[in-house]
Amino acid sequence: MTREAYHKALRDLEGELQQMAMMVGAAVRESMEALKSRDLETSKRIVHNDIQVNRKRFEIEERCVRIIATQQPMAVDLRILAAIINIITDLERIGDHAEGTAKISLAIGDAPLVKPLVDLPKMAEKAVSMLERCMKAFLDRDIETARKICNEDDEVDAYYDEIYKDLVLLMIENPKLIKDATYLIWTAHNIERVADRVTNIAERVVYMVTGKMEEMNVSKY
Amino acid sequence: MRDKFTIKDLHFWYGEKEALKGISLAMKEKEVTALIGPSGCGKTTFLRCLNRMHDLYPGNRYEGEILLDGKNLLEKGLDLIKLRSRVGMVFQKPTPFPMSMYDNIAFGLKLMGVKSKSEITGRVEKALKDSALWDEIKDRLHEPALSLSGGQQQRLCIARAVAVEPDVILMDEPCSALDPVATAKIEDLMTDLKQNYTVVIVTHNMQQAARVSQYTGFFMLGEVIEFDTTEKIFTAPSNKLTEDYITGRFG
Repeated sequence: MTREAYHKALRDLEGELQQMAMMVGAAVRESMEALKSRDLETSKRIVHNDIQVNRKRFEIEERCVRIIATQQPMAVDLRILAAIINIITDLERIGDHAEGTAKISLAIGDAPLVKPLVDLPKMAEKAVSMLERCMKAFLDRDIETARKICNEDDEVDAYYDEIYKDLVLLMIENPKLIKDATYLIWTAHNIERVADRVTNIAERVVYMVTGKMEEMNVSKY
Repeated sequence: MRDKFTIKDLHFWYGEKEALKGISLAMKEKEVTALIGPSGCGKTTFLRCLNRMHDLYPGNRYEGEILLDGKNLLEKGLDLIKLRSRVGMVFQKPTPFPMSMYDNIAFGLKLMGVKSKSEITGRVEKALKDSALWDEIKDRLHEPALSLSGGQQQRLCIARAVAVEPDVILMDEPCSALDPVATAKIEDLMTDLKQNYTVVIVTHNMQQAARVSQYTGFFMLGEVIEFDTTEKIFTAPSNKLTEDYITGRFG
């Protein structure tokens, strides 16, 4: 009764999921670099490429549904599929957050940044690193790492607090900068949401391995 | 729900061959318990212990305890006819007797000593209603049972088991010879039957076990590997062997 084709289809699906995670991780990283270096062409490309992320999400979802309909998965297989269906929603939203950052860069246009970006790129790098390690934890069925990653969301929240405070002070000092400073607050909010999404993914990794649903870190935002 | 059956360290031998190697588990009253496992794992052997069906063949031997409402069924001198009227059985292939639909059901009642014709007629009607067959055959009760479709024949067999008002109904792959529509009807029926009866079903169809039962036991090589709520078994089993079997990684 060993079901080779079925289990290969499941493995392939996990590969597709990793690919989607790489796409959105790269989009978050590049959107921040483009904002920092005022590279509007890259920002445009990221906005345009989000459609591919959305397409990938539907493709994976359809494959999950097809496997459920034709193979009646159970136990760990069922949990893998349930986890994937949830994770692709979070990944797709991470892609939207990257697109959001790229759109902000385009909205700022040729105007100079209100301040050099120091903490924002660090915050983005932290969130992408969380995503990458979380996806590896998915592959390795490593719930210990998944749990640790959830706790790291507090560091991203701390970056957000700091960036918000700096930008508000800047606006108080110079109200002419309110519009462009607000853009940067929105960017920080985008990255903060990326980390929250990674926390959701980590919860799914734990569910996939243990069969238990647990909320592991509630973001303060 | 209280335990209907409590099995303690049950061993069973077909001649020299030990087919059950120390089964211990408890089955709840008025719930459906499913037994799953690869061919030859002992699930049907176990089911047939529950109404001592094996006693029909020579050379078989039991050890341990099978408690039904606290009373050990392996005690010497047990009235087996009475036991089998308390613990009815439905087989893989429908086994209607070559007589009318009505007589198929009346047969067991007469065997039990029910003589009143009106009582028999009333109990035949109730059994057919309980088995969701009444509406389909009420106008042709005296036609041969073998003229019914496979699914209807199986429900007639369930009606025959139900008519003598058992406590427990054992089902040995009751849908394996039926098409999906007839299977769905029997599955619905199991859910209805559990209002009044304890049901134990052996099935190779894991989706069926997941759909109809509240508890599931996974058997392998004459042992119970895992026994738990059906939800647990099919979403997050505790034992790796159970997981590998139900996900098709071996078997």
